[in-house]
Amino acid sequence: MPYTPHTEQDVREMLRVVGVDSIDALFASLPAEVRVDALNMPPGLSEHDVLQVLGGLASLNTPQGDYASFLGGGVYDHLIPSAAEAITSRSEFLTAYTPYQPEVSQGTLQVIYEWQTFITRLTGLPVSNASMYDGATALVEGVLMALAKTRRSVAVVPETLNPRYRAVLDTHLAWNGMEVRTAGRAADGTTDPDALAAVLDDAVGCVVIQNPNYLGCLEKADALAAQAAASGALVVACVNPVSLSLLKTPGEYGAAVAVGEAQPFGVPPTWGGPLLGFLSCTDELKRQIPGRVVGRTQDARGREGYVLTLQTREQHIRREKATSNICSNQGLNMCRATVTMALLGAEGLREMGHANRVRCETLRGLLRELPGVELPFAAPVFNEFVVRLPGDAEDFCEYARERGLLPGIVLDGAAGCDERDLLVAVTEKRSTVDIQAYAEILHDYLEEVEA
Amino acid sequence: MAADDRKYTKEHEWVMVEGDVATVGVTDYAASELGDVVFLELPEAGSPVTQGDAVGTIETVKSVEDLFSPVTGEVIEVNEDVLDAPETVNASPMDGGWLFKVRLDGDADLDELLTADEYQALIGG
Repeated sequence: MPYTPHTEQDVREMLRVVGVDSIDALFASLPAEVRVDALNMPPGLSEHDVLQVLGGLASLNTPQGDYASFLGGGVYDHLIPSAAEAITSRSEFLTAYTPYQPEVSQGTLQVIYEWQTFITRLTGLPVSNASMYDGATALVEGVLMALAKTRRSVAVVPETLNPRYRAVLDTHLAWNGMEVRTAGRAADGTTDPDALAAVLDDAVGCVVIQNPNYLGCLEKADALAAQAAASGALVVACVNPVSLSLLKTPGEYGAAVAVGEAQPFGVPPTWGGPLLGFLSCTDELKRQIPGRVVGRTQDARGREGYVLTLQTREQHIRREKATSNICSNQGLNMCRATVTMALLGAEGLREMGHANRVRCETLRGLLRELPGVELPFAAPVFNEFVVRLPGDAEDFCEYARERGLLPGIVLDGAAGCDERDLLVAVTEKRSTVDIQAYAEILHDYLEEVEA
Repeated sequence: MAADDRKYTKEHEWVMVEGDVATVGVTDYAASELGDVVFLELPEAGSPVTQGDAVGTIETVKSVEDLFSPVTGEVIEVNEDVLDAPETVNASPMDGGWLFKVRLDGDADLDELLTADEYQALIGG
């Protein structure tokens, strides 16, 4: 089978047109020192042999399903309805190209429209885009929108912001002549209002509130938002969408933009990606919204239909003056999340949120009882919390992994935490057996360390 | 023919000077070429502008174009009516659809502007 698209005849023909008589002659102008005579590659293999080799490599991985995972920190292990996989696998969704041609893309456009509807309802803000690559880049876009709207150049972020989001934000803003300031945290694990006041001035156009924050703690979002508003800054709320079935929405506490990671809805953690960002905003900010938006309309005969809207501000029309250099969306994962949210419904979402909160509290209660273990932060949590061990938490992680459990992320250096601190996430997928096992494994570990 | 009570720019804007205040809008030629205007971003009152700067945008159903300041000075007023009803730009580009007013910082840069005849020649008339 001709895997190589150029036949010898093609090559000869091209060389003839160019006017050289061999491939070597074609590349003769390249200096000898940059030319490679032989690639360090094994010889070609048969299809069967390739599958053997790759299968052997793949078996070196341990599937995440083999562990009870308490890993979170932005990417979570939630239940995924089988229907989400089945529906998203339909070729109409799986292979769909960007829907520039609405007359042949109504299915894709309708899914995006439903996604936008769900996101606006969850976040309590009226306008959503068609999705973004991940929570971190969605946060960057939200901050850029707020700074563009206020015509100010400084963004304030909490010390308790996910450090990976912070790194992405720093990367984008540093080269745009903008500044990122940090509002420190209080002893209870939430943002210190005095620390926020200390960094607010009339150059600050945007205050980011992450809720729950990276330490799992619930911020006093109302009070922080009021402080930001009083100094003329817009609030960008970075939220876990699963928590929004129980918590106040960003719209309710006056956020101008809500962003976050929608991976918890139907997208497996895999290798920490691909992920799925969301972004919604107030009506006043809709002209600043990056990416694309799908609108519902009527055709000439009055039939309902869906189209891309606000395209006039996208890159393929505005070039370098586009609102953002993002002019796409995360179609496949967005489809999975939309199907998952539709299957859950409002009641299911509340049950999911409730199960996360209850199971997290259960494990937290069990760990609190263990001698030598400390829960360093007093603020309430949703589905994630920090536990402080007497020694190096990485040592415990290794011990737990050998017993089939991924106990959390070591917080070395994040938000003033150190190598003893472990970030533990508990979703509805963790059974009471898993939760009990966690407490027992930690108990046994501490006894062994003691002995 | 282009109205000779004002000056013009290559970017299809008009400038009417009264005393030290210049009123700026887009020409009727531009309004008809752009199509239905759906949104405008105008500079804020009080902001300084320099001749040739992009100071806002005009969005139609099919494109978004920059608005340039044809003069140098300080914006003293923007037309709130066109912000509320952008279609005014199509209905009355040369009159009720004016966009913003600038208090001129000297009149040197008025020489750079096109006369009605020059503008008419530009749009092929």
